[in-house]
Amino acid sequence: MPSLGSALLALAFFTAIFAGIVAILGRNGDERRLRISRRAVYAFCALVTGCVVIIEIAFAGNDFSFSVVAEHSSIETPAGYKLAAMWSSQEGSLLLWAWVLSIAAAAALYATRNKLRQIVPWATAVMMGVATFFTGLMLFAPGVDPFASLSPAPVNGVGLNPLLQHPSMMIHPPMLYSGYVAFTVPFAFAIGALVTRSLDAEWIRATRRFALIAWAFLGFGLLLGARWSYTELGWGGYWAWDPVENAALMPWLLGTAFLHSIMVQEKRGMLKVWNASLIVGVFSMALLGTFLVRSGVLQSIHAFGDSTVGPYILGLIGVVLVGSTALIVSRLDDLRSEKRIDSLASRESVFLVNNLLLVGLTVVIFWGTFFPLISELFTGEKASLAAPWFDEYTTPLAILLVLFTGVGPLLAWRRVSWASARRVFRIPLAVAAVVTLGLVVLTDAADSLWALALFSFSAFALTGLTQEFWTGARARQQLSGGSTTAAMAGLVSRNRRRYGGYIVHAGIIVLLIGIAASSSFQTRRDVELRPGQSTVVDGRKITYEKPTVAVDDQKITIGAVLRVEEDNEVVGYVRPSRQFHRPTGQEAGLISTYFAGEATSEVGLRAGFDSDLWIAEEPDLGGLQGDARAADEGFEACIEGGPGTPPQCKALGALMRAAAANPRLQAQALEQISRLQGLTAERVARGYLQDSPPATFRIIIDPLVTWMWIGGLIALAGALIALWPSRGRRRGALVRTEADARKEAKYREIRDAELDHAAGKLSDEDFAALDAELRREALEILDREDGNGNGNGNGVHPREPEKLTRS
Amino acid sequence: MPVDPQRKRKIRLVVALSTAVLLAVALIYTSFSASTEAKEPSQLIGATPGTSYEMTGRVVKGSIRRDGEEGMTFRVVDRDGGSKSLPVSYDGTVPDPFRGGREIILTGSVQSGTFVGEPDTLITKCPSKFTTKSDA
Repeated sequence: MPSLGSALLALAFFTAIFAGIVAILGRNGDERRLRISRRAVYAFCALVTGCVVIIEIAFAGNDFSFSVVAEHSSIETPAGYKLAAMWSSQEGSLLLWAWVLSIAAAAALYATRNKLRQIVPWATAVMMGVATFFTGLMLFAPGVDPFASLSPAPVNGVGLNPLLQHPSMMIHPPMLYSGYVAFTVPFAFAIGALVTRSLDAEWIRATRRFALIAWAFLGFGLLLGARWSYTELGWGGYWAWDPVENAALMPWLLGTAFLHSIMVQEKRGMLKVWNASLIVGVFSMALLGTFLVRSGVLQSIHAFGDSTVGPYILGLIGVVLVGSTALIVSRLDDLRSEKRIDSLASRESVFLVNNLLLVGLTVVIFWGTFFPLISELFTGEKASLAAPWFDEYTTPLAILLVLFTGVGPLLAWRRVSWASARRVFRIPLAVAAVVTLGLVVLTDAADSLWALALFSFSAFALTGLTQEFWTGARARQQLSGGSTTAAMAGLVSRNRRRYGGYIVHAGIIVLLIGIAASSSFQTRRDVELRPGQSTVVDGRKITYEKPTVAVDDQKITIGAVLRVEEDNEVVGYVRPSRQFHRPTGQEAGLISTYFAGEATSEVGLRAGFDSDLWIAEEPDLGGLQGDARAADEGFEACIEGGPGTPPQCKALGALMRAAAANPRLQAQALEQISRLQGLTAERVARGYLQDSPPATFRIIIDPLVTWMWIGGLIALAGALIALWPSRGRRRGALVRTEADARKEAKYREIRDAELDHAAGKLSDEDFAALDAELRREALEILDREDGNGNGNGNGVHPREPEKLTRS
Repeated sequence: MPVDPQRKRKIRLVVALSTAVLLAVALIYTSFSASTEAKEPSQLIGATPGTSYEMTGRVVKGSIRRDGEEGMTFRVVDRDGGSKSLPVSYDGTVPDPFRGGREIILTGSVQSGTFVGEPDTLITKCPSKFTTKSDA
């Protein structure tokens, strides 16, 4: 089987090269060559999928002749985790990269099969270049061949680290990778647009969805990682500014900036250099993330084997950066803005500000992450920066970002008059003032001015968003009648991008509120308690009622039952525990091996909308380990058959000696040993209950932290709404040509302006001027189309843009 | 008062650039003053007492002693092995993966020959991720 996989991988490698070359040969619009290269990309996707299927079959069937299976799985590994074990390996994760890339590339080429004739060949070449790189890496770099085989195959594998056996760890890596990899598509199309100098917004329109999908995947991956850290690692945090976390956050932040600034290019033909540079930055950051995890250049919680692929990926990053920069510089003339910013009080200038803030955040994080290298360069000493340094910079930037997230949607494109600004800002400002006052008077929020600022800005932004929905729905209701709910649903479903985006904003703000509250107003206490003792944390009385213990073949679980009381009333119980795993392959044998493997925490969590009670236990193992050692010594003495040993021991000792000579007795001996040891382990464990030694509990009260997860999910839902294809598209009325896409975009702009006018954001005069201008531009597009001879005849009036009234 | 648009753009540019420069200077200045030097155990033997360092090393198997109230002590060697080991004392939360043979990062200072870790700064690296050899 491994050789079949190797063959498919080699075939995939050559297919990628072939697809790239044929695409470039077809750059002059040779329909046949483009079709061949597109089909070759589909074939590449199928071949890599085949590789993944072969590896997964090997994992599922415990085929330890695959060295990747032997090293990352075992017979005992639970079935679900066997399938996820692929990406806990270096070679498997590279294969995952290639696989996601192959799917993204195939999807992108399918979506653009009838358009962008000029850009597509180059985009194909870029995507297949990256694909060639990653498949080549697996084929030729030492030590990362996913189909390396072991002969003879071992009886059992090493197993998957118990820490990684957590549902969110199954999906967290593929989410992050999908995010990283999907950014290849907009990058490839940007390069294509630069090469062919087709620098209007076409490449953006064609790949916007991919950027949004990548952004959503990356964001969800980050959220899952944070959640795992919070519930599974016994330190009580969700973010540590660890290099690997930062490596995933940076492309996400830049991607956020990109998603906003491309709107400015679409609507106003501005920021072209900026957008091209941003997507190059995003893609380089995604590669950097892939590199960091495999290089060992930075110290991190995540330990990395000094792997061999780091330098290659670094080389690719270098090629991408140098090549793209040269390309952008050589195209500066073509990248000039079509228009200028009319006024600072306009949506596009707020977009610019939020872009600068996001890039500023990325720069700060990049500097902090790579500071050990920077410092070594200048002072000769490796020095690192801790979380407080990161907080100092990211906190004010994030707070400003919330402010501008609030301002942006309230402003119209181009310019805003004083009168309309007063109208739309009145209520959000008033609500923010009331909320701030309320927080200062009623809570301790003023203890942390940063947090207070964030809460007031959030109140402002959330009210602004609510007002957007409300006035939009009202405007729609006036035009088309019906109930408010129906108007709201219609509003969102007819303007998915806009209102989906607003929902994302609301989600991110809620998430930031959760972060601000839980990091500024957290109560954290480490206490040692004996059963029966209690402690009071933040008005809650917490009593260590009793210890618990459970033993099975693979682990000892030591836990605690804690009673939580508020105002002398029992409100619930929390059950933290800690599991001590035996190293794989030692299911039978000495009791003390239970303490030789991994230990994992199972956090006791009482989540609530107002605050979470989080408790992790660290039991005192001194007595237990002593008992285990004594039991092991007793067992050894017993089977050696010294004087005074019970007769069962003598029998077992005799059986073991016989088994050493006769392999057929081995199974029987093993079974007896494990039965006996199981009983002993249970006895030892019961001893723990009788001793009832003290345990150290870390107790954390995290206010509003639940909103972090809720906010993340709201943002994800918003992204899905923004991604959902509109009704026309679903029916198969695909946008066939670039001219169609341009027309559609212009109509959408007209519709937006109408909505802004109806919602009171645009004054009557401003709207009249804007509407006239947009309609003139729409006509120009149609005229150009007619001039090209593929229009719909002379003298025909342009199709009216779909109005709000039509539903 | 109408301002010449050309001039206005120039002012904006100057303001934006100076903000960026200020931020960059602050970033550079604070990062060098706030950072902790990273050292390996062999470099810390005989280091200046009292100076704070970030120590990265490998825990010597079988050297971990937990003495109840006092936290715990263990010895560390350089990541790539080496014969010189440094005694460490630490009192604070111990991450799940901590054990002999693992790589750790700990912030603290040297006091009379022993590296005393600051509470809750012990980081143990997640094992198994992308390691080519297993240590189990």
